[in-house]
Amino acid sequence: MVRLTIDGFPVEVEKGTTILHAAEKLGIKIPTLCYIEDLLPDGSCRMCVVEVKNNGRTKIDTACTLQVSEGDEVLTMSEKVIESRRMTLDLLLSDHNVHCFSCEANGNCKLQDYAYEYGVSETSYEGAKSGGEIDDSNKFFRYDPNLCILCHRCVNTCTQLVGRGAIDTMERGFQSIIGNGEGLWADGTCESCGNCVQACPTGALVMKRTNKYRPYQAQKRVRTTCPHCATGCQMDLIVKDGKIVDVEGADGPSNHGLLCVKGRSGSFDFVDHKTRIRQPLIKNHETGEFEEASWDDALDLVANKFTELKNQYGGDALAGFACSRSTNEDIYMLQKMVRTVFESNNTDNCARV
Amino acid sequence: MLDQSYYEKADEIIALYGPKSASLIPIMQDIQAEYRYLPGELLNYVADKIGVTRARAYSVATFYENFSFDAKGKYVIKVCDGTACHVRKSQPVKDAIMKELGLEGKKCTTDDMLFTVETVSCLGACGLAPTMMVNEDVHPKMTPDKAVKLIRELREENKA
Amino acid sequence: MSITSKEDLLKKQTEAQEKIDSYTCRILVCCGTGCVASGSMKIYEEMKRLCADLDGVEVVAQKDVPHIGIAKTGCQGLCELGPLVRIEPQHLQYVHVQIEDCKEIIEKTVLKGEPIERLFYKHDEKPCEHPEDIPFLNQQTRIVLEHCGNIDAESIDEYIAAGGFQAVVKAFFEMTPEEVVEEITKSGIRGRGGAGFPMGKKWSQVARIQSDIKYVVCNGDEGDPGAFMDGSVMEGDPYKLMEGMIIAAYAVGAKDGYIYVRAEYPLSVARLKLAITQAEEYGLLGDNILGSGVDFHLHINRGAGAFVCGEGSALTASIEGKRGMPRVKPPRTVEKGLWEKPTVLNNVETYANVARIILDGADWYRTIGTEGSTGTKTFSLTGAIENTGLIEVPMGTTLRHIIYDIGGGIKKGAAFKAVQIGGPSGGCLVEKHLDEPLDFDSVKKFNAIIGSGGLVVMDENTCMVDVAKFFMGFTQRESCGKCGPCRIGTKRMLELLNKITRGEGKMEDLDKLEETAKFIQSRSLCGLGKSAPLPVISTMQNFRHEYEEHILENKCRAHVCEAMKVYTIDPDKCKGCTKCARNCPVNAITGEKKEPHTIDQTKCIKCGTCMDNCSFGAISIK
Repeated sequence: MVRLTIDGFPVEVEKGTTILHAAEKLGIKIPTLCYIEDLLPDGSCRMCVVEVKNNGRTKIDTACTLQVSEGDEVLTMSEKVIESRRMTLDLLLSDHNVHCFSCEANGNCKLQDYAYEYGVSETSYEGAKSGGEIDDSNKFFRYDPNLCILCHRCVNTCTQLVGRGAIDTMERGFQSIIGNGEGLWADGTCESCGNCVQACPTGALVMKRTNKYRPYQAQKRVRTTCPHCATGCQMDLIVKDGKIVDVEGADGPSNHGLLCVKGRSGSFDFVDHKTRIRQPLIKNHETGEFEEASWDDALDLVANKFTELKNQYGGDALAGFACSRSTNEDIYMLQKMVRTVFESNNTDNCARV
Repeated sequence: MLDQSYYEKADEIIALYGPKSASLIPIMQDIQAEYRYLPGELLNYVADKIGVTRARAYSVATFYENFSFDAKGKYVIKVCDGTACHVRKSQPVKDAIMKELGLEGKKCTTDDMLFTVETVSCLGACGLAPTMMVNEDVHPKMTPDKAVKLIRELREENKA
Repeated sequence: MSITSKEDLLKKQTEAQEKIDSYTCRILVCCGTGCVASGSMKIYEEMKRLCADLDGVEVVAQKDVPHIGIAKTGCQGLCELGPLVRIEPQHLQYVHVQIEDCKEIIEKTVLKGEPIERLFYKHDEKPCEHPEDIPFLNQQTRIVLEHCGNIDAESIDEYIAAGGFQAVVKAFFEMTPEEVVEEITKSGIRGRGGAGFPMGKKWSQVARIQSDIKYVVCNGDEGDPGAFMDGSVMEGDPYKLMEGMIIAAYAVGAKDGYIYVRAEYPLSVARLKLAITQAEEYGLLGDNILGSGVDFHLHINRGAGAFVCGEGSALTASIEGKRGMPRVKPPRTVEKGLWEKPTVLNNVETYANVARIILDGADWYRTIGTEGSTGTKTFSLTGAIENTGLIEVPMGTTLRHIIYDIGGGIKKGAAFKAVQIGGPSGGCLVEKHLDEPLDFDSVKKFNAIIGSGGLVVMDENTCMVDVAKFFMGFTQRESCGKCGPCRIGTKRMLELLNKITRGEGKMEDLDKLEETAKFIQSRSLCGLGKSAPLPVISTMQNFRHEYEEHILENKCRAHVCEAMKVYTIDPDKCKGCTKCARNCPVNAITGEKKEPHTIDQTKCIKCGTCMDNCSFGAISIK
């Protein structure tokens, strides 16, 4: 074990622990833009610098990469550290299209948060911006290089966490840009899972949601299980004015914050859709139209028809097939009913993703 | 759609280095040497064959200066602008070449696909600055006049 | 044939030496990049052709017939005087040899042993017959370059004849791997790639790590503009580099090695490939080398045009087929280098020192150079200097000695201004540093680095702001773009420098420049980013007045910055021919026929067309 102090608080951690993690243990938050838990640190954003004194020597280095040494005195908010972070933000802002009012990510932007926290209201530099054209080709999200700070979180997420490798950094230096190299986003091998969007700390990658909202307007976040398949991904539904407006992957045992295209882009829009069926409908034989009915009437009708069929042709004439969007418990109940009531083994579901 | 021969050539090159991700750069170098550029379709083909994602292949190709997705001229002229060449006035040499070839700004290949002009950081012949390289030949102690003369010679040579 | 034991090697050495001795005469044509550029390959071909036509003379060794050996050697040093040809055994050094001279050389020197005086280098009007008579060559200490220029760069036999691979024999059969590491450590040699990290320390760290797979990697990505030492070694004596790597592999327990060669060095790649093929044929590379049980395979990777690949982790990434982007450390390359395996990574020159250290011992090596920086250093001497070329001197040699005694002083007698050392990661040294010893630690004190060893001499016609801008432009273009300080910071610095050289600078821009430079220097992710602002920092330190002149007086004293050039017509010299006025693209020149003309400075775009067109030398830049 290694003993050190962070902002004066003593802490003991295992050898090889980074200062970032040691600080976390004390509940001290060090700002990061590029860091992704569980991956090797990218070390590119330089936001997490801290000042470390040991043996009469002082150095400033990134907390995500620096491993603790016995007797370290770490300062996470010293004057030098703050100055360095201000400079980092100053440079990032000099190559960022600052239009926070109309930006989708307003209120959900780490660059904005840190600029506010460190008092950098605008850049002190003049000069060219790298930028580029907005890529609007993907159906579910868009990429605006003018807002990109090249933290590579999207790339690292896509290649190392998702394993798809649909995007990477193209070109180099000041001209660096995220993409697939072949052309527009939609031309490549992207499956539109949108985990890159969730990873993006700025507005460079945003979902094309119709329900616009600012994060602080959210009334509540509801942790739930994705309704699509049996993987059981955990997700947070975000509710504003009693309606679901967004979804975020949550840290569940099977998904660790990731979602697929269905979970992210097809799991809640139907909830408030105007064509959603909210009551049982029974077809009127005379008019050929569906008419609203009570649950009792509807269930009676179905039960009678099943009984008739079973009496006439036997249980094997019946089968029960559960939709994959049902929960395990519902699927279990369905097969139970098929086997005991229908007296048939013809039962299955499609939850095999 | 590229001619089938391109894919056959690519297969040959892939076989030479082995279908593994570490072979990406040498394979691209050989393709570039063969066709004087990297056809995008062929890069996709190579990526799929050696098991790297297409995005990775493009990412690597765009990182290194030597790769180009645009066809280059028959003669690739690399004007050295290394330190030694710079202090011995390499810029006027490049200017003269660009002017002679009617090239400007980002346009660096002539319409007849004969010449491509590039700037390179150092050719390692600093003792003879300023230098330039035409394909693999280094030309020493260039002057704007010598450069123009050389270009005219190459043009003639190509006519013959 | 295969060389499978140390006895075989000795036999081969005797054989090869006998063959060399049997030549009546040897023509050594310098085929380094510089001389090839000057046309030495044509000289080589012509010599071959002429000799082949001679009656009673054979080009290949044959009994009872006089025969002539013609060899392509590595850099003989005096690049600017190329093509260079050396004739043995008379040991004559010819310079500026042209195709037309070949016949005369054969007829007079080769066949009759008569020297041709007009082809000698002249020092103070006095012809220098032998290489040792030339001041540029006789004041060097050659360890790394000992064979460069003296042996056929394409013949492993000649290297063996010169005692090649004897260090491998000594290491394999008389020393344990630990002893090899110990000897290297004791020699005090520090890495020649730039950072000056002790080589022995690196080796012992890799040797200590338990791992089935380890690698030995050579950094031949000599990217500093103005540096060509490593290229010269690779193309001039590839075997020496190879021998160093074999010993390194034995010392740390590696079975595979990689040489990463810069894309712009096709000749190096060709010579290394040839050297590897020859060594493999002899069994000096491969399995069970010299029957010792040691296996070592050597591979070549060509760079693809990215300066940043000179950085260790970027270089290994590039060998792995990835973007050459540096990664954060730890883990360091010695622990997790190539393919995440323990890796020894040194540059060309460093490996080229190994054989001699093993053969002659650490104690001998320590006698050369200074206490903290032992051995020699190769430098490529270029720029505004009389003699440009490749030199090797003991560490601690003064700049004055290099520039004035070896280099022959500033070209055309102009005034010395500065020396850029260490390329874009280095800084400049000025008049007051001329008598300081050049070694790793001393140069660092002046905000510069020895770096890989590029020395670009600058005279009064060089604008230091322009130089700073040049290097900034280079590092900005070559920034990999991973971290913000380097990616955006270098761009902003370049923009500020552009602004100043355009004549639009303000004094506060200098503060901004300094502030940004310090930030990049301290916060960049990799060594290249950290050193990127050094040229600006050191020029601002030594030549702040030039920056201020650009800003306050709109003046560039070296007349380099376009925007500050003022073209004027000398009325005494102007004949009123109207040629300048007719050629001026913006009609800025007026004047009557046969009367002196004048330039309207408000219209002038400083294109220089008038000056090019004036037949009377009446137009000058002020």
